Amino acid sequence: MMGSLRGKVAIVGAADTAVGKVPEMSATELCVDAILRAVADAGLKKGDIDGLVTCNSMSQPMLYHAEAIAEYLQIFPRYCIAAGAGGGTTFSILHHAASAIATGMAETIVIAMADSLRSGLTREQAMLMQSSTGHPRFEQPYGPTVPAYYALIAQAHMAEYGTREEHFAEVAVACRAHAARNPAAQMRDPITVDDVLNSRMIADPLHLLDCSLVSDGGAAIVLTSAERARDFPHDPVYLLGVGEGHIHEHISQAHSLTTSAAREAGARAYDMAGLGPSDMDFAQLYDCFTPTVLVELEDLGFCRKGEGGDFLTSEGIGPTGALPVNTHGGMLSHSHPGNPGSMFALTESVHQLRHDAGKRQVSDAKVGLLHAQGGIMSSHTTLILGREAG
Amino acid sequence: MSPKESSIAPVEQPFIDGCHQGVLRLQRCTRCHRHQFYPRLVCGYCWARDLEWVSASGKGRIASFTVVRLAVSPAHEAPYVVALVDLEEGPRMMSRVTDCDPESVQIGAQVKVAFAETSDGAPLPVFEPDND
Ligand SMILES: [Zn+2]
Repeated sequence: MMGSLRGKVAIVGAADTAVGKVPEMSATELCVDAILRAVADAGLKKGDIDGLVTCNSMSQPMLYHAEAIAEYLQIFPRYCIAAGAGGGTTFSILHHAASAIATGMAETIVIAMADSLRSGLTREQAMLMQSSTGHPRFEQPYGPTVPAYYALIAQAHMAEYGTREEHFAEVAVACRAHAARNPAAQMRDPITVDDVLNSRMIADPLHLLDCSLVSDGGAAIVLTSAERARDFPHDPVYLLGVGEGHIHEHISQAHSLTTSAAREAGARAYDMAGLGPSDMDFAQLYDCFTPTVLVELEDLGFCRKGEGGDFLTSEGIGPTGALPVNTHGGMLSHSHPGNPGSMFALTESVHQLRHDAGKRQVSDAKVGLLHAQGGIMSSHTTLILGREAG
Repeated sequence: MSPKESSIAPVEQPFIDGCHQGVLRLQRCTRCHRHQFYPRLVCGYCWARDLEWVSASGKGRIASFTVVRLAVSPAHEAPYVVALVDLEEGPRMMSRVTDCDPESVQIGAQVKVAFAETSDGAPLPVFEPDND
């Protein structure tokens, strides 16, 4: 009988491509670049990879994406799959890849994602991307934009718990403060709560600076078994807990607008790790729009339900806050090339736990929590990573 | 502001017919008696397949809303109010709140259904303030 995945696998390589505006490379080339960099970071060679997981891109979609990337690189894995897109995919495929290693399907798996949303989309692709979210008959005809879906969540939270626009703005301010310490981040000039509130209203109560960026870029990691993990150039980063939660696809079918399946995903990950929110030295929380971070802080137990606004102002999630969140700058300030967006939260966490994150290093970081969601708070995965296997 | 009529699935047809007749229709389960929206082959609560169509009262309450200030498609002219409406019978649906100042819309407000004409399909159920 299989036991828990706790401590069974480790990340031994991690790397990002250039992010932001990278017009000289296509999504395919960014993906290939990310893989080459991550494999080099792990000190491995071409023949060492026997598993490949990718995510399709919007700008260069392919029917068999992972096979196409493997073919491009002329590697011939025994485990090869492209996962369905969506922001939560990034971490749920790590869940699958960890299981594949634990069951012997592969030994050394590369997970790679990239897209070119800033430079690579045709006008038709950009329109399709906006309109592909939502139920084609029972939501899309009403003209909901992607920010509008999240605005519905924000408004409900404000009405139910007295949360204010200023609270959401604190998330954008904190992410920017982290990004200011990250030379790779797309947006590095500090901003204030007033800057957020004075930026253009997109869908009430979300302003332009409550919305994440549109970027090119990619990232990859190398995952292997814990037994082998000591044989690599860098300190391994172990998977201690993982859990998923899935309750709806369409926001109009959500059981609650203000409590998400991050609660179930987090509970499952904490249970596997034998750890709780107070054990986390940092968190990387999915920030396509600022309200998601506030809801995730609550649902993942960093504060009580309804007290996310208070937590943001009194405890803080910036570089000097009680819980540093999105230490690379998040999708709000580092980059957001679509589905690969939270890959950068993953590679950042590897650097934090290797203790090589430079100016943004969280002092003596031992354990961190990562959370991503896809759809409209639809597909949730929580990861807990640590420096030690047990 | 409407999907193509040609893409209507059989399970959706009674709902679309209702829109043409100015009636908001919901499925009700003959086993557990709960209403559901959107239309399905099966009751999402108890998995009974025996569902009947009933006319909703058309009254509801705004569960949440947003004023869209930046539309992505020329088919929609901003500002407009996208809302989630809790129907009296239980189900929640996405819709528009029309026939009022967007700045006056509030969560919890009572609304009633109306049907907006569309250029290429069935009239679309939207909601208006219900001051009765
Ligand atoms: Zn039933």
